[in-house]
Amino acid sequence: MSADAATLAAAVARGERGARSVVAEALERIEAGDDAVRAFYRVDRDAALARAEALDARVAAGEDVGPLAGVPVALKGNMCLEGSEAHCGSRVLAGYRPPYTATFVRRLLDAGAVVVGMTNMDEFAMGSSGENSAYGVARNPWDPERTPGGSSAGSAAAVAAGFVPLALGSDTGGSVRQPASFCGISGFKPTYGRVSRYGLIAYGSSLDQVAPLARSVRDLELLFEAISGRDPLDSTCIDDDPVRPLEGEGLAGKRVGVPREYLSDDLDAGVRARVDAALETLGQLGAEVVPVSLPHTEHAVPAYYVVATAEASSNLARYDGVRYGLRAPGDGSLQGMIAATRDAGFGDEVKRRILLGTYVLSSGYYDAWYGRAQRVRGLIARDFARAFEEVDFVAGPTSPTPAFRLGELIEDPVAMYLSDVLTVPVSLAGLPAVSVPCGTTDVALPVGLQLVGRRLADAELLAAARTYQEATEHHLARPQGVPA
Amino acid sequence: MDSDVETVRRTAALARLEITDEEAERLGPQFARILAAFRVLASLDVEGAEAMTHASGEESVLRADEERPSLPVDAALSNAPRRVDDFYGVPKTIGGDG
Repeated sequence: MSADAATLAAAVARGERGARSVVAEALERIEAGDDAVRAFYRVDRDAALARAEALDARVAAGEDVGPLAGVPVALKGNMCLEGSEAHCGSRVLAGYRPPYTATFVRRLLDAGAVVVGMTNMDEFAMGSSGENSAYGVARNPWDPERTPGGSSAGSAAAVAAGFVPLALGSDTGGSVRQPASFCGISGFKPTYGRVSRYGLIAYGSSLDQVAPLARSVRDLELLFEAISGRDPLDSTCIDDDPVRPLEGEGLAGKRVGVPREYLSDDLDAGVRARVDAALETLGQLGAEVVPVSLPHTEHAVPAYYVVATAEASSNLARYDGVRYGLRAPGDGSLQGMIAATRDAGFGDEVKRRILLGTYVLSSGYYDAWYGRAQRVRGLIARDFARAFEEVDFVAGPTSPTPAFRLGELIEDPVAMYLSDVLTVPVSLAGLPAVSVPCGTTDVALPVGLQLVGRRLADAELLAAARTYQEATEHHLARPQGVPA
Repeated sequence: MDSDVETVRRTAALARLEITDEEAERLGPQFARILAAFRVLASLDVEGAEAMTHASGEESVLRADEERPSLPVDAALSNAPRRVDDFYGVPKTIGGDG
């Protein structure tokens, strides 16, 4: 879409533009472009148009239909909307139609948004490239030979390709921030617990957060306000009101800490140059940019992959062929049916992570692996807490490289895991973080600046990111063929 | 038998994953490489560090023990691969066909 969500919603609410015309435009763009991008595995054309027409009728009757009036939104394939297939990129959930709607999806609909379809993703959100999908691999609109990032691959690609102004992804270890960075858009992982997880199909429950993607921080704020806030259906959801955007300037007089561990020699030179320039801009906007240290950064990837896979091995125990999804008969016994279903239903990366998680939780290995990883997680959270005694925000690159080529890392799980080094520490600590575009490399690939805030300081963080964004034009750059 | 492959087989059994010989041969060395890369955790002094089990900061609270509407049986069973009356159908576990 050429306009942002805030502009579209205002036009629809005032009756200047019909929701039907907005949604029809999104559907046309998807139809014209998604054969190449493969962002969606399912487009709900008729339902979306019918809903848009119903919204138009309500607007005509003088009703306020909400702050996202008529705005087309894409949902990641792990999100429950009653009756809409959510297979999580997995064969094991083929044909699964949730009998209920997630709290955050319900809130989107209550705010007037129109769900146009479900997007491709790494199976059960396990991956950093979107390639671990049983249904289709999304491509980066900036370069179709490259990954849009993962695991919210299709959601990020759909926004970057101009199909929809807003999409939801989920971020467990960086699955929204890294694709936002690779696709030249904005992506925000809220403080853990800000958005209810009721209706988000679980991967790592102590890490998973529903996370918005958009072209601008202002749109992220709009979407975040609509979906955040207390929910009695999720006991880990923070007992607080929806988070309203902070008006005004967000950087003057703030201290921004740059972790020296995030600027290692392994950084791609193009990323380094764009991020250095962005840090300079933060200074010009009135922030004091100072070095800080997060000494346990190098331990974050192993700690994350132990904690996340342990939780995944437990969460994914539910896929046993009994209640939903695939059932393979096996040898005809109950145990045989369960084992055969899981073998046929899960892809390689999911099997690797279930195995790893089962191993680190198993008798004799628990203390050395899972117990230790939890303590390292505590040390990583303490690193951030100490840094935030000195600074208001932490800043650095979102990813050490721009988008890599499809196929480049898929055969090397360790290298793929290590690419998450700059996003997983934040996830372990449960802090809010946003990735905003800060330019492109010499070969025209987007680079993301990651800003991290204190726990619960989501609104302050977004205001700072918005201030940076509105003083720069990086978020206005478009891939070739996508209108501005 | 390669010990990495054997570890994968043993762990797969714990995880109720039926894996083929070919899968075990492929996953064994990968598994070993991943664990080797993660051994850096063992080098860290975690004495005195508190285990962080969650990031929510919220107290888990129980709601009042009152009856509330819940998912109707037909909706709950709507995705079942096999339904028998108001139950999920599974292979027999005692007697019968095994």
